[in-house]
Amino acid sequence: MALDTVAIAKANPDTTQPFAELGLKGDEYSRIKEILGRRPTSSELAMYSVMWSEHCSYKSSKVHLKQFGEKAVKTDALLVGIGENAGVVDVGQGYAVTFKIESHNHPSFIEPYQGAATGIGGIVRDILTMGARPIAVMDPLRFGPADAADTRRVLPGIIAGVGGYGNCLGLPNIGGEVVFDETYIGNPLVNALCVGVMKHSDIKLAKAAGAGNLVVLYGAKTGGDGIGGVSVLASETFDATGPAKRPAVQVGDPFVEKVLIECSLEIFAEDLVVGIQDLGGAGLSCATSELASGGSGGMKVELDRVPLRDATLSPEEILMSESQERMCAIVEPKHIARFLEICKKWDVTVTVIGEVTDGERLEITWHGELIVDVPPRTVAHEGPVYIRPLAKPEYVDRVNAEKVNVPRPETAAQIKETVLKLAATPNLADKSWVTSQYDRYVQGNTIQSQPDDSGMVRIDEKTNLGVAIATDANANWSYLNPYEGAKLALAEAARNIATAGAKPLAVTNCLNFGSPEDPGVMWQFAESVRGLADGCLEMGLPVTGGNVSFYNQTGAVAILPTPVIGVLGVIDDVRTRTPMSFDRAGLELYLLGDTEDHLAGSEWAYMHGQRGGKAPIADLQREMRLINLLVEGRTSEIFTAAHDLSQGGLSATLTEMVLRHSVGAIVDIENPGTVLISESPGRVVVAVDPSKVGALLAVASKEKITVTKIGVTGGSSLVINGADIPLTELRKAHTETFIKLFG
Amino acid sequence: MAKIVVDVMLKPEILDPQGVAVSAALPRLGFTFAKSVRQGKRFEIEVDGEPTPAQLAEVEKATEKLLANPVIETFTVRVEK
Repeated sequence: MALDTVAIAKANPDTTQPFAELGLKGDEYSRIKEILGRRPTSSELAMYSVMWSEHCSYKSSKVHLKQFGEKAVKTDALLVGIGENAGVVDVGQGYAVTFKIESHNHPSFIEPYQGAATGIGGIVRDILTMGARPIAVMDPLRFGPADAADTRRVLPGIIAGVGGYGNCLGLPNIGGEVVFDETYIGNPLVNALCVGVMKHSDIKLAKAAGAGNLVVLYGAKTGGDGIGGVSVLASETFDATGPAKRPAVQVGDPFVEKVLIECSLEIFAEDLVVGIQDLGGAGLSCATSELASGGSGGMKVELDRVPLRDATLSPEEILMSESQERMCAIVEPKHIARFLEICKKWDVTVTVIGEVTDGERLEITWHGELIVDVPPRTVAHEGPVYIRPLAKPEYVDRVNAEKVNVPRPETAAQIKETVLKLAATPNLADKSWVTSQYDRYVQGNTIQSQPDDSGMVRIDEKTNLGVAIATDANANWSYLNPYEGAKLALAEAARNIATAGAKPLAVTNCLNFGSPEDPGVMWQFAESVRGLADGCLEMGLPVTGGNVSFYNQTGAVAILPTPVIGVLGVIDDVRTRTPMSFDRAGLELYLLGDTEDHLAGSEWAYMHGQRGGKAPIADLQREMRLINLLVEGRTSEIFTAAHDLSQGGLSATLTEMVLRHSVGAIVDIENPGTVLISESPGRVVVAVDPSKVGALLAVASKEKITVTKIGVTGGSSLVINGADIPLTELRKAHTETFIKLFG
Repeated sequence: MAKIVVDVMLKPEILDPQGVAVSAALPRLGFTFAKSVRQGKRFEIEVDGEPTPAQLAEVEKATEKLLANPVIETFTVRVEK
């Protein structure tokens, strides 16, 4: 390919360009010409095409996402809000925490191991970029049916990839989800969350201020990885009949990333950078245009200085390459010597590739020839914005009108059968097969991880200050009612933090949906965002950032709307947390909250092939009172244990509690046909010492939360209304599912 | 008895962390000849008699399914006397 320069573009305005193949629409291409006053060079076209892709520009979601800013609560806790690489939250004692969740769905379908691994690598670099030391990861995963052939192909690779990369970095994996549903076949969801910690003064932003400052690229060399990955991989549906667009998959090297983390943290500690950006999707195109537009706008880059792994790469390819483990920093000239010295110490390749100018244009040259000359904001932030048509899909009223008709466990035999079936179903079965492949305790600060309600890590070894994080989505409810579904997922994630006694503080999200060009999918998306924004406003929780993943569909079938909500909470002393289960007999068990006949979207209904009915309506005021109760229960030392009720209802919660420490329980409930299997939101089972019952009732009455005594702990069985389920039998049912399925 | 050899290499555009590590280690040991190193793997499959074209086609299929990951690797199948 001959070099296309700005001069050539001016001289040959009518050259035909492959904008459509790069994913740009005709009017988008016209707009680029309008911005530049000429046709773009091929390098400029490459940059605009990746940066204006759905994945990078949020062009379909922007108009909805702005609600997170408009409806935002005023809070002093938010130090950095939406728009930066990740939001930053004040957690007290001078510490700030940053956390974010991102999707790596499509790459993980193509190449499960590397796709999932580089998903972890990418989110870890986002957190590092804020100036924080990454301290833990989590990964909500969704797959097709557990017994499907493709699930057997992608699941082991994805789990191994998450584990392989995270374990090599020495980051504990403190939780996540593994959910199976038909709609994820051919389109697994791999979402990755990372949390990092820093001091307030250490926050770094993506901006290139100060003319004369140097643009420095450091980390791995640039190769032909994932070229066009962003626009082709993340924004177009796979089509078996279409042209073979087998994209180059990115392969990561976690040991390089580990060195990059330590090298960057040493550079941050000496305050040697003005601005910093990691290279993820859209590689250098993204990093240079975002850094430049974060500053005054002017930047000059000599692209031929970029160190290459493959010398034959063209400038267009270098700009689009998604080679992993690279960072771009803005460094004042007086600090550059020290910067290079630190990189040398860590054996990290580092190159000055350009400088900040006092102009307003991003100029990129290739061996002295000008190949890019653009206003960077038009690349990074002023991409197209679409107000996509949306329409409530016809299925909604139809399925909402359906009645759930499932077997009701009434007799002792039916109760036993139901509990065992729920314990063994893949969505509720023991996930140790997965989590034992992850290092959950490395660094020695993990307080909670799977199977606890939330992950919890200590961030100060002297004061025992800690943070807890939970991620949740209930796609079945979102399918029935996306507005309530998003609120309910938010409530569940917040409750999962609070059961341990941590106080919810901030929200992140990863919104996984089908094609935005389908008005029905767009309606699901809009409703979900509206629900989440309203929910966060009502609960007083700021949204610190997030990620949108569209085009998750196989053919015409979109995935269930899957807004994964992550909530971060703070706990002043991790030693005082409330554990999820009891380890002794003689405690009393109470159910907090009200149970209604909420079977629509429940696991029990799903197991019986039923998807219809009406989702519960979220009562966030009650959820907040329940959270208050749980936090006060922890600080007043009322609870011995507390465990959330969600998928699988009371049956699943009791199963997990008795199996945790092999201490049984004797439970008596009214109306087991509903109470055992219903998934009414806003409920928790707590175990309390008989001496604390008075205190429990007092707090519950103050917070107006219903308290029902359901039993006592002890024995070697879970006994429900006389149905005796020996723990050995229950454990076998709960644990052998994954082993049978995946070996 | 003949030997079918399958050589598997990462595609040229794919990062090869092992190769990078080897090429960094060579000069440390005083070997300065290498400009770059890429590492692959080799399978030796013994079969009875002279391999037939059908057998080789079978090996190709098996390689695509098991021995190599065609998304990120290329391979060659040959007979070694």
